[in-house]
Amino acid sequence: MTTTDGLEDLLRELAPQVLGVVIRRYGDFDRAEDAVQEALIAATTHWRRNGIPENPRGWLLQTAGRKLTDIHRSEQARRRRESSATLDDVPEVSDTEDSLKLLFLCCHPALTPASAVALTLRAVGGLTTAEIARAFLVPEATMAQRISRAKQTLAGETFGMPSDDDRAQRLLAVLKVLYLMFNEGYASTAGADLVRVDLATEAIRLTRMLATAVPGDGEVTGVLALMLLTDARRPARTGPMGELVPLIEQDRSLWNRDQIAEGVVLVTRAMAHGVVGEYELQASIAAVHDTASSWEETDWRQILSLYELLAKVVDSPVVTLNRAVAAAMVHGPAAGLELLEPLDEQLKASYRLDAVRGHLYEMLGDGDRAADHFRRAARRTTSLPEQRYLAGKAASRRR
Amino acid sequence: MTKFLLLTRHDSELGVPPMDQWDPADTNAHLAYLTRLNDELAANGELVEMNALVAPELARTVTADGLSMPVITDGPFPETKEVLAGYQLLDVESEERALEIAALVSAAPGPDGVPMRQRIEVRQVMWTRSEHV
Repeated sequence: MTTTDGLEDLLRELAPQVLGVVIRRYGDFDRAEDAVQEALIAATTHWRRNGIPENPRGWLLQTAGRKLTDIHRSEQARRRRESSATLDDVPEVSDTEDSLKLLFLCCHPALTPASAVALTLRAVGGLTTAEIARAFLVPEATMAQRISRAKQTLAGETFGMPSDDDRAQRLLAVLKVLYLMFNEGYASTAGADLVRVDLATEAIRLTRMLATAVPGDGEVTGVLALMLLTDARRPARTGPMGELVPLIEQDRSLWNRDQIAEGVVLVTRAMAHGVVGEYELQASIAAVHDTASSWEETDWRQILSLYELLAKVVDSPVVTLNRAVAAAMVHGPAAGLELLEPLDEQLKASYRLDAVRGHLYEMLGDGDRAADHFRRAARRTTSLPEQRYLAGKAASRRR
Repeated sequence: MTKFLLLTRHDSELGVPPMDQWDPADTNAHLAYLTRLNDELAANGELVEMNALVAPELARTVTADGLSMPVITDGPFPETKEVLAGYQLLDVESEERALEIAALVSAAPGPDGVPMRQRIEVRQVMWTRSEHV
């Protein structure tokens, strides 16, 4: 028995490994997941009281097996044969392989992205339903339903590696879910607190796990780098009153240097592989920002050319918005404003276009127009911290 | 996921009388329709909560300046053509999904099974007190 320091971390690390074994033994994802969840909860109580057992993985497997027996027994002991077997006779498969199969299953394209995020947090991340509900600011019952519906949707899906033809697509789906999880935590669109710490950290942890399972994949490395490089700015992103602090005004001495260093190494390694994807490009842009000593000292030429490359991979209005800011920094605000012109139709309902126009007119020294755009943006954003920031900008530009 | 509040307004100009004047069979059909819809949304994990409100005759209105005694007036408000009948708080994938659900609420059957076409206002939640849940 050892002390319970790091108990949570250990449990969360073991969760997907144990679940992988239980699914391989019983082939029933839904009930296996419930049993492992119960075993994790039991472990939290027991281990805290009695210390961590010598073989925590074995303890969890045994407990999960017993919980599964209980679940089956309460379902009229339908599967007597399996329940009486032990989990020791399951063939060994590497833990990373199990975790990867679990990620593929939980990020299955049949699920809506939000359901996939919730299920991944529980089955792979080892979080409880209550914790996930708290992170999403919904009641536990609502989240429980969402997870149970997601598991029903997956009934009949196999726990295994996708075929080689599917693999690339399925891996992209996993990355999309993990990045969504990160963003949900990093910049909640409807929350009071701009940053929900646990979800962003959890997304980074799971992406790290994925990167270990598929080493050498440029986009996986790219997503991990992007998350680290974005998350590194978190301490500077909100002010004392919970207000949003944009990149231009952030106190860069607060940035997390270790995360930046790791992110830069990762993105450099990813870019060396040749074929460059969306996440790698975004991570490269974040790396340029993170290694600049100030907004003005930023290598805007490089950022502009990276956005031009990105526009060739994903030509979205949001990319054009960012490109316009970079163009304004390199060639002056008029160049940026010109790039924004075609966006009026596409971004009619979005506050972002007005927010960027506000900044560019501010650069141009046209305070009245800047104030107009900031005010319109403030009225249309759906985020309270953003609204406070934009209204403040409008007020400071008013004469 | 994004939270949306669906506000169901009873509009007297729709020509539908208040529910206390309906044939009981119509009331049952109306409530069965909404119960089924809400059960389905709850099972999806999309319905956070739903509440129906008492009639406006039972409402009381409060105004205060923080110094003198608050002014409290009773309902009813005969001049009001529209009253808030109830609300649903959703947590859904997209605005499109919220609008789709609103359309289902609006089409709930009224007297003689005719869809009521009640006006449903869809408002995105901007701020949630995090200790609330």
